[in-house]
Amino acid sequence: MVTVASADAHEHHEPQSFITKYVWSQDHKVIAIQYSLTAIAVGLVALVLSGLMRIQLGFPDSGLVDASSYYQFMTLHGMIMVIYLLTALFLGGFGNYLIPLMVGARDMVFPYLNMLSYWFYLVSVLVLMASFFVPDGPTGAGWTLYPPQAITGGTPGADWGILTMLLSLAIFIVAATMGSLNYVTTVLQARTKGMTLMRMPLTVWGIFVASIMALLAFPALFVAAVMMMLDATMGTSFFMPAIIAMGQQLPHEGGSPLLFQHLFWFFGHPEVYIVALPAFGLVSDLISTHARKNIFGYHMMVWAIVIIGGLSFFVWAHHMYVSGMNLSFGFFFAISTLVIAVPTAIKVYNWILTLWKGDIHLTVPMLYAIGFVVTFVVGGLTGLFLGNVIVDIPLADTYFVVAHFHMVMGVAPILVVFGGIHHWFPKVTGRMMNDTLGRLHFWITFLGTYVIFFPMHYLGVLGMPRRYFDYDYEFIPQSALDLNTFITIVALVVAAAQILFLYNMIWSAFRGRPSGGNPWGATSLEWQTPQTPPGHGNWGPAVPEVHRWAYDYNVPGASADFVPQTEPQRGPSQGHGHGPEQPGEKGHS
Amino acid sequence: MVERRLEENAQPETLSGEWRSLVNDWSADREAFPKVSWNKTMMWIFLLSDVFVFTLLLVGYMAVRLTTQEAWPDTGEVFALTIMGHDFPLLLIAIMTFILITSSGTMAMAVNFGYRRNRKMAALFLLFTVLLGASFVGMQAYEWTDLIQKGVRPWENPMGAPQFGAVFFMITGFHGLHVSIGVIYLLTVAIKVLKGDYDRRGNYEPVEVAGLYWHFVDLVWVFIFAFFYLL
Repeated sequence: MVTVASADAHEHHEPQSFITKYVWSQDHKVIAIQYSLTAIAVGLVALVLSGLMRIQLGFPDSGLVDASSYYQFMTLHGMIMVIYLLTALFLGGFGNYLIPLMVGARDMVFPYLNMLSYWFYLVSVLVLMASFFVPDGPTGAGWTLYPPQAITGGTPGADWGILTMLLSLAIFIVAATMGSLNYVTTVLQARTKGMTLMRMPLTVWGIFVASIMALLAFPALFVAAVMMMLDATMGTSFFMPAIIAMGQQLPHEGGSPLLFQHLFWFFGHPEVYIVALPAFGLVSDLISTHARKNIFGYHMMVWAIVIIGGLSFFVWAHHMYVSGMNLSFGFFFAISTLVIAVPTAIKVYNWILTLWKGDIHLTVPMLYAIGFVVTFVVGGLTGLFLGNVIVDIPLADTYFVVAHFHMVMGVAPILVVFGGIHHWFPKVTGRMMNDTLGRLHFWITFLGTYVIFFPMHYLGVLGMPRRYFDYDYEFIPQSALDLNTFITIVALVVAAAQILFLYNMIWSAFRGRPSGGNPWGATSLEWQTPQTPPGHGNWGPAVPEVHRWAYDYNVPGASADFVPQTEPQRGPSQGHGHGPEQPGEKGHS
Repeated sequence: MVERRLEENAQPETLSGEWRSLVNDWSADREAFPKVSWNKTMMWIFLLSDVFVFTLLLVGYMAVRLTTQEAWPDTGEVFALTIMGHDFPLLLIAIMTFILITSSGTMAMAVNFGYRRNRKMAALFLLFTVLLGASFVGMQAYEWTDLIQKGVRPWENPMGAPQFGAVFFMITGFHGLHVSIGVIYLLTVAIKVLKGDYDRRGNYEPVEVAGLYWHFVDLVWVFIFAFFYLL
């Protein structure tokens, strides 16, 4: 009985007290909510930081922010948004909530480890926030933390700030590893009867591949963090060449700053896709459900996710064209970077073809999903510019880059986060989010981000360098300052509009219209739970049995316009869900 | 245990033999690796992640060895053991390597006896492994002391490149930490074996899972030995 590990074999005791139910909880749904709320809270800190930075850029004479604080805010804004908000929210939040429900498991395979993962994450966030209160404040090295400047005097937070940052990252990596081990094992080994890998919703595929990538990419950041901590505290010289600073020879020699950049981006580029792949998955399900149509090219979508995940480990040095790295490498990395456009384009075409002649319901989640596709295309296209060595060299370290990555991995995934929250909110709370507020928030956010980031492309082409606290508007035209002021005003409005979303979320959780178990008429397993929100153990007495893929919308001859995955197949081929009657494989959509 | 495969017959006829069973496993419901427990799956995936940690540590070592301006010390001389007036290059490291590889053998025996439900022998071999692992850590402590007495520090090295000291303490320290954790882990498993926990559960698999970790730690040492001590 080695394979005793089926979902039913585990006893699930319902926790009784408030503490065990909501604080030291081992239930994946509660952990998911803890993860999400923590991530959103720390994300708000980063949002405020970006507002402060924008005030400095738009109104340089305001004197609200000094140069050191500007760099510190910039660093923390980047690090929080990428790692502590997006990674944690997609893997720890959506992953935790959706994986067991979507594959028909009663919980994650290691609930205790899952709980530890959240508490480690919380500690990492607290350590990061503590860096605001250490003697020299948080590190101002930029979110890439490049040595030697990250740990040499003159950079804000070069003493305590960088150490708290590295420590916090190390703790986060431990948390992410514990979480990802759980997600991967659950997807591989704890699916319900009938749930084959090729019947999993694309949400699960996206989070699954992203979790594997997290397990392989975070070690690079971990190693880099350990080495840099040794450089900063023990006086080793892994990353530190011989430097004369302030007229003094520093006690380092012979290290390689490029090594850090390689390690960092070997983590950093897969990290982009650790955020993007779950977004791809979620958005596929949103589009299919709200267009009432099966996802176009399901197998292609799965393979595209897997191929993007694999390729993303071979493109890291495209962040380093101007680092002094041998440029012959640059051309290899330019090619591998542009090759990624192929599976990505397959995904975009498949989303559009899913929408094609669909019964499109312009619900709030659908608006966000379409917003994502548009934004992702825009951000992806500027990626083609930056992926080419020759075009990248003049554009590197300008606002063109800022605009590019904010579009493609800032705004686009955040739109999916909003869409996903609107979509699954009824399952989490049993209540609908307010539609009017949702639409208002969508249009302000969606249009606002374009007004913010489109002009930045122009500023970049003008030659405005990024990461500057103040500009001498002699070598950049004076009009750039006007544009910056304009961007700042819009950015503050969009940031303030996020209150709409927060208010909507809190208000709807208590006062929203009751949703019922399956308000969207969706097919995947999480909508078929006996209770909404799902009770402890998710499925009541018996785990569900899956008979079809997750995209049976508008099946000819069916009584409703969707057929849940739990619905048995009709006819002689019952039980052969992989067989001829799957519309996606026959292509008669 | 009934109905583990959902659709054995749904595969294309062109596949045969191992390929067919591979496709069957991966397209199956419930488990992609049937007969592999959750714990074992997780340990394998964790080890994959840990492979990346050690690989990148070694790659980092190679990179700084290339960039440092000063000469890299001759490891044969640094790690020589003087016995009766003769210098034996790398003798201590050779003994440590031998001990660690032997401990892999005793670990395999423990797993074997576990599956045969031989409680006492399984515990005995686990304790052997613990003993060998602990002696490895002890020798490493001796090696560290020796180098520190020769003046090697993370930030300096009288015999050449300062990075030698940094890399030495970081990599052997990180590996030694893994071995020490392994010793504690195996000791816990050994105690559980002795108490009869796995007999009551009817499953000695935790011994094997611990074994996976231990073999991994041994294998990593082989690479550290090859790349750091021999080259």
